[in-house]
Amino acid sequence: MIMDAQSIIAKRIASELRTGMLVNLGIGIPTLVANFVPEGIRVFFQSENGLIGTGAPPEEGMAHHTLTDAGGRPVTALPGASTFDSAMSFGLIRGGHLDLTVLGGLQVDQTGQLANWMIPGKMVPGMGGAMDLVTGAKRVIVAMQHTAKGARKIMRKCSLPVTSLRPVDLVVTELAVIAFRDGRATLLETGPGISVAQVVAATEAELVIPKTVPEMAL
Amino acid sequence: MLKGKAAVVTGSTSGIELGIARALAKVRCNIMFNGFGEASAIERERGEIATEFGVKVAFNDADLSKPTVSLKDAVAMIPEGATLMIGGFMGVGSPERVIDELVRQGKRNLTVIANDDAIPGRGIGKLVDAGLVSKTIASHIGLNRETQRKMISKKMEVDLVPQGTLIERIRAGGYGLGGVRTPTGVDTVVEEGKQRIEVNGKSYLLETALRADFAPIHSFLADYLGNLAYALIARNFNPVMAMAADTTIVAADNIVPVGVIAPDHVVTPAPLIDYLVTNG
Repeated sequence: MIMDAQSIIAKRIASELRTGMLVNLGIGIPTLVANFVPEGIRVFFQSENGLIGTGAPPEEGMAHHTLTDAGGRPVTALPGASTFDSAMSFGLIRGGHLDLTVLGGLQVDQTGQLANWMIPGKMVPGMGGAMDLVTGAKRVIVAMQHTAKGARKIMRKCSLPVTSLRPVDLVVTELAVIAFRDGRATLLETGPGISVAQVVAATEAELVIPKTVPEMAL
Repeated sequence: MLKGKAAVVTGSTSGIELGIARALAKVRCNIMFNGFGEASAIERERGEIATEFGVKVAFNDADLSKPTVSLKDAVAMIPEGATLMIGGFMGVGSPERVIDELVRQGKRNLTVIANDDAIPGRGIGKLVDAGLVSKTIASHIGLNRETQRKMISKKMEVDLVPQGTLIERIRAGGYGLGGVRTPTGVDTVVEEGKQRIEVNGKSYLLETALRADFAPIHSFLADYLGNLAYALIARNFNPVMAMAADTTIVAADNIVPVGVIAPDHVVTPAPLIDYLVTNG
C-alpha cells in the first residue's frame, strides 16, 4: 500500500504511543495520529478545551454542541472520560502531567527549537495553547512535511519567532525521523524509499548521521 | 475614580440608600436605581439626580432578594467602555443570549477578555462583527477573519496571550493574587516588557492578574440561588471567570430548583453569582 505523506507521518508517530499515556494532539497532521493507534494500545487523548478521553467523531446526526475538540470539530467522549475547566487543563499541560504532545511545525532548528505560531506580517493567529504545550509536556513530537513548497523547514536557526526555549524531542516528516539530544539533530530513520542523501539535501540543519540509518517501520 | 462607572444601588428609592446614590452621582458615577416605592416619586428623584449631576440614571424594580434579572436589564447594567470576561472556546460555552442583547443594545468600546473570538456570526464573533469591541485579550484569533482584518486596520487592539497564561492570569484575578510565575513564554516574544524571575535555577515570567467589570457566564444548570453546573467542554473559562469580575451575571441553559444540583456537583457556588438572567 502506498501511503501519502500525512499518513506516513501520523502512523510513524502513533508507534510512539504506549498504554496509559496522556496525549494531546494538535490541529492538522497531529490529529491524524488518532487514526493509527496500534492494536492493543490504550491512551488517553486530551483536548485542551477541557476533555480527557476524546474519541472519534460521532456518527452522522449524533454531534452535540458542547462536545468538540480544540479545533471546534465534533468528537465523542469515551467511557472513562472526564471534563474540567481551562485552569486544570493547562495545569495538566504545564505541570508535567501530559506524557506527549504532537504539534505541527513551521520550522525547527538544529537544536530542536520550534517555530509554529506566527509569520510576522502574514499570519498572526495567536499561539493558543502551543507555547504551554511545548514548554510543559514531558515529550514533544513535531509532525510536519519536510519542506514547504521546496523551502527547507529544518534549519540551522529558525527565522520565525520560536514557540518555546524548550527544544522538541522528535521531528517526524515523510522523509525522516530526527531526534534532538544535547543540542544536536540526529537522523534516526528515513522515510519509505528515501535515502540518507535525499534527507540531507532537503535539510538545512547540520545532521548527525549514524553508521546505519534504518527505514521507518510502518 | 468612579466617574463613568455604573453603580447599582439597591433600596435606593429612599432613605440612606438614596443618599448613597446621590453621593455616587456627585462623583459622576452612573446610577442604577433599585427599590420599591411610588412610581412618580421614583421618576422625579431619577430625573433630579440626572439633571443635577449630569449622569445617567436608570431604574430597575427587580427584587434583589433573589439575584434574578431580565436579559434586557442585565445588559443595561453594562456601560459602554466596560471590560468583560466572556467564557467560551470557539463559541462553545459562550453566553449567546447576553451577547445577542449586547449587540441589540449596541454597547460599544468594549474590552473583551476571552480565550478566542470564535468565528464571525458565532459567540464573541458577533460582538466583533457589530464593531463593539475596541480591544480583545485572547489566546487565539486565527479563525476569526473579521478580528484579523480589524487588527490589521488598527480598528481593534489585540493582545495575544498564551492560553495557559491567560487562564492563570484570570484565576489570579479571582483568587486574590497579584499574578503568577510561568515558564511559558521565556525567551520568546511573549517575554517583551515582562519581569523575569529565577526560582531554584529555573526562569519564569511574572504575568500579572486580570480582572473585569463584568463577567457574563454561561452554564448548563443554575439553581434559584445561583449554584452552577456545566456541560462537557462548555465549562472551559466560565468557572474561573465567575470569580474574577466585579459583577458576575449568569445565563444558564436550564434554571432548576435548589437541590437539583447536588453539593458535590456544584462547580461554581452561589455566592459568586451577582445576577441570574431569567428565562424568556
